[in-house]
Amino acid sequence: MRAPETVPAAAPAGSSFWTGFAATFRLEVAEAFRARWFAFYALVFFGLVGMLLVFGLTESRVLGFTGLSRTLVTYIQLTMAILPVFILITTVRSLAGDREAGVFEYVLGLPVGIGAWYAGRFLGRYLLAAAPVIAALFAAVIYGAVRGVRVPWLELGFDIGLLLVMIFAFVGLGFLISAVTRSVDTAQTLAFIIWLVLVLGLDLVLLGALIRGRMAIEGVVAIAMLNPLQVFRTGSMLLFDPQLVLLGPTAFTVFDIFGRAGFMVWSFAYPLVLGLVTALGGWAIFRRGDLP
Amino acid sequence: MISLKGVVKSFGAARILNGIDLDVPDGQRIALIGSNGAGKTTLFRCLLGEYTHEGSVTVDGRDPRHHRTEVLRLVGFVPQIAPRLEMPVAALMRYVADVTGGRVEDMEAIAARMGLDVAPIRSRAFVKLSGGMKQKLLIAMALGRPTRLLILDEPAANLDPGARAVLFELLAERPEVTMVISSHRIDEIAALVNRVIELEHGRIILDDTVTDAGALGSTFTVRLETARAEPSFARAATEWGLTETSEGRWTGSIAGPDRLRFLGFVARHAGLVKGFTLDEEAASAGGDRDAVASLS
Repeated sequence: MRAPETVPAAAPAGSSFWTGFAATFRLEVAEAFRARWFAFYALVFFGLVGMLLVFGLTESRVLGFTGLSRTLVTYIQLTMAILPVFILITTVRSLAGDREAGVFEYVLGLPVGIGAWYAGRFLGRYLLAAAPVIAALFAAVIYGAVRGVRVPWLELGFDIGLLLVMIFAFVGLGFLISAVTRSVDTAQTLAFIIWLVLVLGLDLVLLGALIRGRMAIEGVVAIAMLNPLQVFRTGSMLLFDPQLVLLGPTAFTVFDIFGRAGFMVWSFAYPLVLGLVTALGGWAIFRRGDLP
Repeated sequence: MISLKGVVKSFGAARILNGIDLDVPDGQRIALIGSNGAGKTTLFRCLLGEYTHEGSVTVDGRDPRHHRTEVLRLVGFVPQIAPRLEMPVAALMRYVADVTGGRVEDMEAIAARMGLDVAPIRSRAFVKLSGGMKQKLLIAMALGRPTRLLILDEPAANLDPGARAVLFELLAERPEVTMVISSHRIDEIAALVNRVIELEHGRIILDDTVTDAGALGSTFTVRLETARAEPSFARAATEWGLTETSEGRWTGSIAGPDRLRFLGFVARHAGLVKGFTLDEEAASAGGDRDAVASLS
């Protein structure tokens, strides 16, 4: 180790966007691998797949599905139930927690652009949220293929795409919530309320009640179409259940109005746009206010 | 180097900075003192471009809020409270080196001078380190890279006397670097600075230059005799790096900037101390031996 020198005459150039982005992205990932939330998160999804495989790929028929199709349908439905709240809570805890822990004061006192830092954290968080979900799914596919079970590649690809855009939407929401709140408690409460509202918007009874209450069908459809959970739920069943008979009246009505191709496009485009708008909104709010 | 004009910062109804006007030329070393809530940390955050505020702040002619990377590349910052970073020490150092254009080896070398061997703690989470280790690492990351402005918020708070002495040496090796050092107590940092600014309720109530008799890198030889053996004194004296040469007789050396704190330590044991001398060592005093204090 060479002896330390006194300060060199010139300070180095400030980090470029890409240097700051890449360094922040690496750090986000490195930190998550040590965090309990990530271990638990990965364990949940791999455990889910393991359980579904243990309960049998081929021996039973549920709602008309067998083999890997059945595993995929069940996995997708369970994922929809737990993934959004998982992403929202862990994301806002991480960001708001860092603010409370003095991490922002230190890290944002380094020469890294706010845009580079924000983008690095966003994409790092997105990768971390998506990787275990998709990896667990692939583990099921590999297991099924080894067992000689037919792999529904088209449905699999479609649903992986839907999962990726839904995760994107909820990571974006998580960043927006973190930008508008100043404490972990507030951020978690807001995240939970948003998730609860979205789940309530899924409920067929609630939508049925809206219809019975003479709410215009366009209003009901708009609620369904703007709810990323409903969009994912309906979209994920399109290939498995083309008539959407399993999902009930709302999905059926939505499908009836938009058509199959139209809804497929919407189910990909809307969560992407939602994720992008909320992430950019979070960034705009974050950079405008006090950082720590 | 630094210019603040009419800087006001409020949180709701609470006005934390209340019209700060300040110019700091290149190379000046400032002690920013004041009680809790005086606005020291808020002022630092404005300098780092982290807070929005009224008025204007420029560092090297640029607004740190709008030219973050250009300004912050010049700045080494040590926060008052170490951030609770979960990341491994190696990842943190790599990150700091990447975004600042510094070298991890240089930071490790500074840490080593402060008595912190980074190798065994590389994979340990930063948050799991002791308070002193965190402080040494934060200082190493701030000083182990090229900077023109050091913003140090209570930098010596968690350091033992040995590490404090090295910190003073390291700062003395950077005469061209502008420094703003905050502390609750002027005696902590008086010898490090040439200007003192005191804040109270968000206003500057004292702005004075300091004629520093004790050079930043100076060292003082201590000889101290006690009337009787006292375990608590022995422990404290050992922490100061003194050794007992014979019963009740202690010798050692302390860093020049630490002498006021050391005198405070002696004063607290006045009933026990029989005799005491404090001489500036010839090597760092340019050949003169300057007795600063004696008591016998």
